[in-house]
This record gives sequence, C-alpha cells and structure tokens, in this order.
Amino acid sequence: MSGFTVIEAGTAPGLPTPATPKNVPHRGGDANPSAEALKAQFGAAIARVDVVWGETNVTIDSARALDIVRWLHDDPSQSYEYLSDVTAVEFRDRGMPIEMIWHLRSIKYRRFLRLKAPLATGQPLKISSVWSVYKSADWLERECYDMFGIVFEGHPDLRRILLWEQYAEGFPLRKDFPLRGRFSRAEQLRQALAANPEARYSMEELSIADAFQELPLDMRARIRGGESTGE
Amino acid sequence: MATKRTIEVELSTTGLGADGKPQRIPLVSGDTGGLALQAPPALEPELEGEHMLINIGPQHPATHGVLRLVLELDGETVVRCIPHIGYLHCGFEKIGEYRQYNQIIPWTDRDDYLNCIGNNIAFAMGAEKLFGIEITPRCTVLRVVGMELSRIASHLVWMGTTGIDIGAFTPFLWSFQERENIYNLFEGWVGARLTTSASRVGGMAADIPDGWLDGLKAFVRTFPKTLSECDRMLTRNSIWVGRTVGLGVMNPEEALNYGLSGPMLRASGVDYDLRKDFPYLDYETYDFEVPVGVHGDVYDRYLVRMEEMRQSVRIIEQAIARLPDGPVNVDDPRVILPPKHKATSEMESMIHHFKNVMEGPRPAIGESYVAVEAPKGEKGYYMVSDGTAKPVRWRIRPPSFVNLSAIPKMVEGHLLSDVIAINASIDIVMGEIDR
Repeated sequence: MSGFTVIEAGTAPGLPTPATPKNVPHRGGDANPSAEALKAQFGAAIARVDVVWGETNVTIDSARALDIVRWLHDDPSQSYEYLSDVTAVEFRDRGMPIEMIWHLRSIKYRRFLRLKAPLATGQPLKISSVWSVYKSADWLERECYDMFGIVFEGHPDLRRILLWEQYAEGFPLRKDFPLRGRFSRAEQLRQALAANPEARYSMEELSIADAFQELPLDMRARIRGGESTGE
Repeated sequence: MATKRTIEVELSTTGLGADGKPQRIPLVSGDTGGLALQAPPALEPELEGEHMLINIGPQHPATHGVLRLVLELDGETVVRCIPHIGYLHCGFEKIGEYRQYNQIIPWTDRDDYLNCIGNNIAFAMGAEKLFGIEITPRCTVLRVVGMELSRIASHLVWMGTTGIDIGAFTPFLWSFQERENIYNLFEGWVGARLTTSASRVGGMAADIPDGWLDGLKAFVRTFPKTLSECDRMLTRNSIWVGRTVGLGVMNPEEALNYGLSGPMLRASGVDYDLRKDFPYLDYETYDFEVPVGVHGDVYDRYLVRMEEMRQSVRIIEQAIARLPDGPVNVDDPRVILPPKHKATSEMESMIHHFKNVMEGPRPAIGESYVAVEAPKGEKGYYMVSDGTAKPVRWRIRPPSFVNLSAIPKMVEGHLLSDVIAINASIDIVMGEIDR
C-alpha cells in the first residue's frame, strides 16, 4: 500500500531560513508581501495595511471577503492553504464596528496573514462564509455565530455549537452581555429543570434514522406540537 | 543535517512487496486493497437499508470526556456521524476580558489540561509580544524544557488511553507511571502538578530549585527505556496493527483543508511543524527531527506521536546542556513584581507591588497572535489590547476543536468499533474544545 506524496513546507524558492523573531517593533517593519499583491489585485477593497508586532493586518471590505479569501487560497503566488482561525472582535468603545478576523497561513511560502473586515454598525451582522474554500471554517464559523451572532451566508449548517440550540440569553461574547448571563440564577435553574430530558435528539437526527416512529406517543405529540427537543 | 524524515515501520508479519519492501497488513481480507471502506456484505438481506440511530456519550469512557456522537448505522457501518460538543463550556474567553494578563494564566491551565505548562508559556509569549518584552536566555531554555515535558506527558496520556480503547491495558500503566515522574518534576518546579500556572508575563513563576536538573536528567535517562517497552508492546502487535491500519484516512490536501494540525496533519503527509516553520523560543537552534507519516491513518498518527516523544527527549537533553545561568525574569518593572523582602521593607517597592497587582500592567494598543506547536496541534492565543490592563478580546485557537470537526469525514464508511479508534487517534481534550 503506497503512501501519499509528502507536502513539504516552505518549498517556494528563495525563502530565508526560519528564525525566532527578536526585538519586534510595535508598529512598522516589513509587511507580508501578500499585502501588496492584494492591493494590486483588489484595489479599493483593501482599506488598510498595517504591521503590528511583526504581524501584517490587512483590513478589507466585508462585502468582498469571500473573493479575497478565495483568491489568497487559489492563486499560486499566494497559496494560503491553511485557515488557522476565524473569530471576531468587539471593542469596548461601542462606536467601533465589530471586526471579523481570519488568520491564514501559507505553508508553501511560510507566511502568516491576518485579514480583518469591519462589519457595518447599525445593520444586521452578516458576512459570507468561507466554508466553500476551507472546510475548517465549518465549526469555527459556527462558534463565531454562537458567540457573536454573526450570520455566515453560505454556511451549510449554521447553528449553535457550544451552547444548546434553545439558548435564549443571546450571544455571550458581545460586550452588552453581562458576565453572569442575562437571566438570573433562579431563571437559569428553572429552565434547566424544565428541559425535557427524554428528547435528546434533534428532529433532523430523528428523521435520518426513522426513529421518530419509535418514540413514545406522548413525546411524538409534544414534538409535533412544536416543542423543541432538549438538546 | 536531515531535520525531517518520513517514518514507516516495517512490519514483518506479511511478506515483501514487489518493490522489495515489507508490506503493510491489509485490514480486511479479500481484494479491498487493504481499506475497510466497503461494508461487508449483509448477512441478512431483509434487514438491508434499515438504519439505526445510536448515541455515544456524553458520558462514555471511550469518548475521552463529554463528547457526544450521534451515529446513523447501516448494520455495523457508520453512514453518518453528528458530533455534539459544548457540555463543558465555561466561557473562558468571556472571563478573560475581565481579568488582567497574569490572572488569565490559571485559565490557560484549564483549557488543555494535559498540556498545562505549554499553554501557560504560549499565553505568556502572546502577552510579552503585546508588552514588547524579550525574555532572558535562561527563561527561553527553561520554557523549552517545560514545553517538551508537557508534550511528553500529553502524548503519554494519549497512548495509554488509546491503548485501553483498543484493548491494550498494560501500556496505560507504564505510560501513567512515566507521566507521574513528569508531574513530580512539575511539582518540584512550581508546586502544582496538573494546573501548574507556571509562567508569568516576562518570565516564570519560579526558577527551578537546586537539584531539579538531576531529577530531569534521571527522567531523560530512564524514559526512553519505558518508551521502547511500549513500542515493543504495540508497534508490531497484530491486534494493534489490525485495529489501526487504514482507518480514518485523510490525504494531505484534505488534511490541510480541514485545518488539521499537529500529529494529525503530519501523519497525513504534510511536513509542517510550527517549531520548524514558524519558530519561537529559539527552536531553530535545536537539533531534532519532525516525523511525517505517509498514510494518514490511525496507525501513522500513533507512529508520529511515538517518534515525537523521542524527539522531545532529544530536545530536553540539548536544553539541559545549554541551560545558562542568570535571572529567569526580565528586568522590567512594568510587569515584574519587586522581591518580597523589598516589598515588605521599602515603601516604594510596596507601592510598586500594590499597583502592579491591583491595577495591573498595561500593554500598548495592538494585538498579537502567538501559536505554538502544542501536543494536539497549533495552539494559538490571540489577544487584542486597547491600552487597558485587561484584553478586549482573548481568543483561544483550540487545535482539538478543529481536528475534531473532521471526525464525520473520517468515520463515515467505517465500522462502529473503528469509530472508537479514530476518535481516540484525534487526541481530543474536551476542556480545550468547549472552553
């Protein structure tokens, strides 16, 4: 049984030997070459490029996010094969927009790039999903939706991931969400005790295996009547 | 100097192939090419097509924590897998926004609780980036020792528990005995065994005590022996091989696209290690090799992790040889507390201590993402500072979370009993996944 051909990192010609960065300045320094390439390719969609602590931040237009990410992934001169992280940042200053963050890595060129897309304030939080480019975005975007309420258009299965589907207190990582939660401890306890422990499967899961017909009659009636399942 | 190499164990149980190399054992008999991807023919044809829903977890010993898998089965073959996570969600990232940088370090113990010192150090590295601090040479070497020790400890737990999942009990006892030695070393260094909180912004909680290095040397001397005993127990064991070869295969392109990292990615044939490709803590000056598998199955993940432990021992040996004298903490009054005897005798030092603890050090406005090669993969801490003593956003990039997200892809088409082996091979820690 023959094995796969190994993909080597840093195969692009002329790359320097990797070394631990030392005495990195707060602002300035060499930007990732991809930033210039992005400016040349996308022009006005690239709002700003800055280098903070040696990491290149490229601020992009949120409407073009998917195009830009796809180009970075597909273009052989960029070759960002690896999506490290998808997350968002909300600032304490309420006037500042929520920023979407993507951390991309190019294995071939040994590059690290941070893309930022500010989401327009006062409008529904929406951005296109990069799942069609990177499968790793699946759970990362679900978590971002779960924590911030950002809707990823084009995501195949956008639902809560860490919190349960009936979680009603909102989006925990938003700055207007209090540390202890929106509901009182008594209300949280009441809801936990009122949850239906026998309905442990989602309707989707019940339907895939025709298990719905095997449920007790009263439970079938409750689920048909619109009661949400326990998970 | 060859720094990276492909590992492949020659199994003596089958004959030589056409190219003269020993062949790997095919998992199922017949002409399926060694892959268990096809379901065996149904014994009772009238039951064909009837699917069953089965639930594993969240309280199941083989899910390594509170993971819940809902499986749709056709006979014994998994048709579909829906993972459910979040049973351990504690809101670490939210709490981090209400804590000073040094106060977050105990939370990093609790995300991946098998790799505590590694997480502590990774977080401190991120915070030091925000403060613009360069740590001392002694601290750099000590951190490498801490990181590699916790890598060994984490891989030992992986090997032991995976052995139990697949039916080998003895390696569990041997590996936990060695892990105990590592935890004794941690206890001697920082006073805690599991939740170490070993690092501080700008240094470590403590320098190593006198005689500690002797204990470390003894461990480095005796551990490879235990490791080779486990190796003899498992690597050519026909039950082990039969239950791991050809399972959960991810090819290199898929592995990259699904965001796998660490041993999972390298077992799939991607020669990529953050210690080599985006080095930190002067890892580029150590002589070690990165094992890379070429089959992307559970067995190759096992081989990669075994070899990583040996390489970690090599790194620790080199670190012991080069450990310089000098202070372990930087001389930076912004983040480092004055010595205790001064804080209790001088007014200025006491004020300094008080302000540092109560108000906390304030980094410049900016952000930093520091990723280290944790035992599970790329562990990243992303911090955004608005100039106050508490981060605006503290994000954990959990390797287990992203690795686990590929489990439906890996288990679908395999047998139910193989789900346990594949799940074990991901090396998940639910504390890190749910945070």
